[in-house]
Amino acid sequence: MSIDATKTREAAAMPPPGTASTKKRVPQGHKRLLTRRDRITLGFMAGVPTVLHVALVWVTALASIALAFTSWDGIGFSSIKWVGLDNFKQLFTDNPQFWPAVEHNIIWFVVLIAVPTPLGLFLAVQLDKKIRFSRVYQTAFFLPVVVSLAVTGFVWQLVYNPDTGLINSLIGANKPGHYIDWIGDPHLNLWAVLIAASWRHTGYMMILYLAGLKGVDPSLREASSLDGANEWQTFKNVIFPTLRPTNTVVLVVTIIEALRAFDLVFVFNKGAQGTELLSILITNNIIGESSRIGYGSAIAVVLLVISLAVIIPYLIATFRKERRA
Amino acid sequence: MSTNAAALGKQRTPVRPARILLHTFLVVTALAWLAPLLWAVFAALRPYSETSTKGYVSWPDKLSLDNFKNAFEQSDMLHYFGNTLIIAVPAVLITLLLSSMVAFYVSRFDFRLNIFLLLVFTAGNLLPQQVIITPLYRMYLLIDLPGITVSGKLYDSALGLVLIHVAFQSGFCAFVLSNYMRMLPHELTEAALVDGASVWRMYWQIVLPLCKPAMAALATLLSIWIYNDFFWAIVLISTGENMPITSALNNLSGQYFTDPNLIAAGALLTAIPTLIVYFVLQRQFVSGLTLGANKG
Repeated sequence: MSIDATKTREAAAMPPPGTASTKKRVPQGHKRLLTRRDRITLGFMAGVPTVLHVALVWVTALASIALAFTSWDGIGFSSIKWVGLDNFKQLFTDNPQFWPAVEHNIIWFVVLIAVPTPLGLFLAVQLDKKIRFSRVYQTAFFLPVVVSLAVTGFVWQLVYNPDTGLINSLIGANKPGHYIDWIGDPHLNLWAVLIAASWRHTGYMMILYLAGLKGVDPSLREASSLDGANEWQTFKNVIFPTLRPTNTVVLVVTIIEALRAFDLVFVFNKGAQGTELLSILITNNIIGESSRIGYGSAIAVVLLVISLAVIIPYLIATFRKERRA
Repeated sequence: MSTNAAALGKQRTPVRPARILLHTFLVVTALAWLAPLLWAVFAALRPYSETSTKGYVSWPDKLSLDNFKNAFEQSDMLHYFGNTLIIAVPAVLITLLLSSMVAFYVSRFDFRLNIFLLLVFTAGNLLPQQVIITPLYRMYLLIDLPGITVSGKLYDSALGLVLIHVAFQSGFCAFVLSNYMRMLPHELTEAALVDGASVWRMYWQIVLPLCKPAMAALATLLSIWIYNDFFWAIVLISTGENMPITSALNNLSGQYFTDPNLIAAGALLTAIPTLIVYFVLQRQFVSGLTLGANKG
């Protein structure tokens, strides 16, 4: 969506610093105008951020992959042992938390795409009608996105608490013997957290769709209403198809949110019984008592592979489109 | 064309019943949306002694700000706000500086690796943090910084958090800023180049000032994200005293806050700075979010 910048070819054709020996393109235009100092400056400007980003993000991601094939207690490098696929074998067959975590991540995605996403789209369509107080409504739906997920977790605990919470107080389930333990019950807690997560996701989706709707050519609507289409027909046949780029972004954002889900669950019950997630399993491996680094890294690799399977095709498509533009 | 559409829109407004229905729907939904937050405010305004006898769903006898005051004082919140400040301010500034430099490089000069470089940055930002945390945690434990950080390591230090925030968030900012810079007319920098201006001058005095709107939007977004960070702080800070406010809240709720009303007050206090930023800079915030809608 934001990627419609028209790229005019800059005349300066200079090899990236450090690759001077590789074959150069035909020097033209500005090459002569860049002094040696300029090239050094440019090298620094791109180099410093790149080194920092690559060292902390990509080197560590690669290290996760390497560590996934080892067993290491974290005390001294000498205790690192190559174990091949053992960690993965154990993970897929023995770990009672792994498959539930995968399942919960999938449920997380399905719920976010099935409930708050259409709701956010619906709200966006309504608020796009140039109605009064649109800003006030937008703010109400959007506030949960601004408040941190950790704080959101605390706020929703006040709603779900068995004896002092809003829900149980309202339905009279706050007396001993009648408790509904929304956070402790393994059959309920995932859904309880997902309500809180959807509460937040709706506002986010609404904003993305509102931005998408602003880009819809008004003459399309006009033409459609002149043709006698009703509101639903106009939306279905004219507006929604033009929102395709937004839908792609929404899909990718939602998958990534589902894979990243962490804060809410951690504040709720640290991912115990019923709310396991891949992100939680990895984190518990570090800040919990057991420090099984290779094993934790194997889970990280599963998460990495799934993430990259989404991120890379999306980015390549995005950048290719940009290049064509 | 747009005036046409506006005129048409005006003509169509007198569909009254539909509008009333729509407003009713929106009011009800908006109130339902705010309910959890309003409930927290309501609980925070009531003394524990009252709610413990009368229950939470009851008419209040007395509303006061005592819980807010107690939460703030008992848990030394000011200290944790201070911790957040020394992490968030440098992190936001350095992220903007570094990412604008990368963006300048990839958008104003046609190097072959540009797209790849940008891809590396953007993809890195979209990864779930847990993918890299185990090696990062070990790396932070290994890096000794005697005399530079209080802990003597990168681990458990504000510096460590600043670095990871910068590394992670610069991916997103570089992407947004490079798109923005690409839309600036090329004549500007070409003329400067012909006049013999240095590359740095082109960046600092010509391109950067033109990027102010995008930078403002990103600064708003970054401050809210970094302020709200929970995960990095939970894993990379071990001393409770060093934690920024959002993750400190997790500790505080067990240590100092004994009743739900006090927890509600503490949580709301924690949310106040982001709410202020949002209300004051609403437009920047929203435009920032949609500038780079591919943010996860």
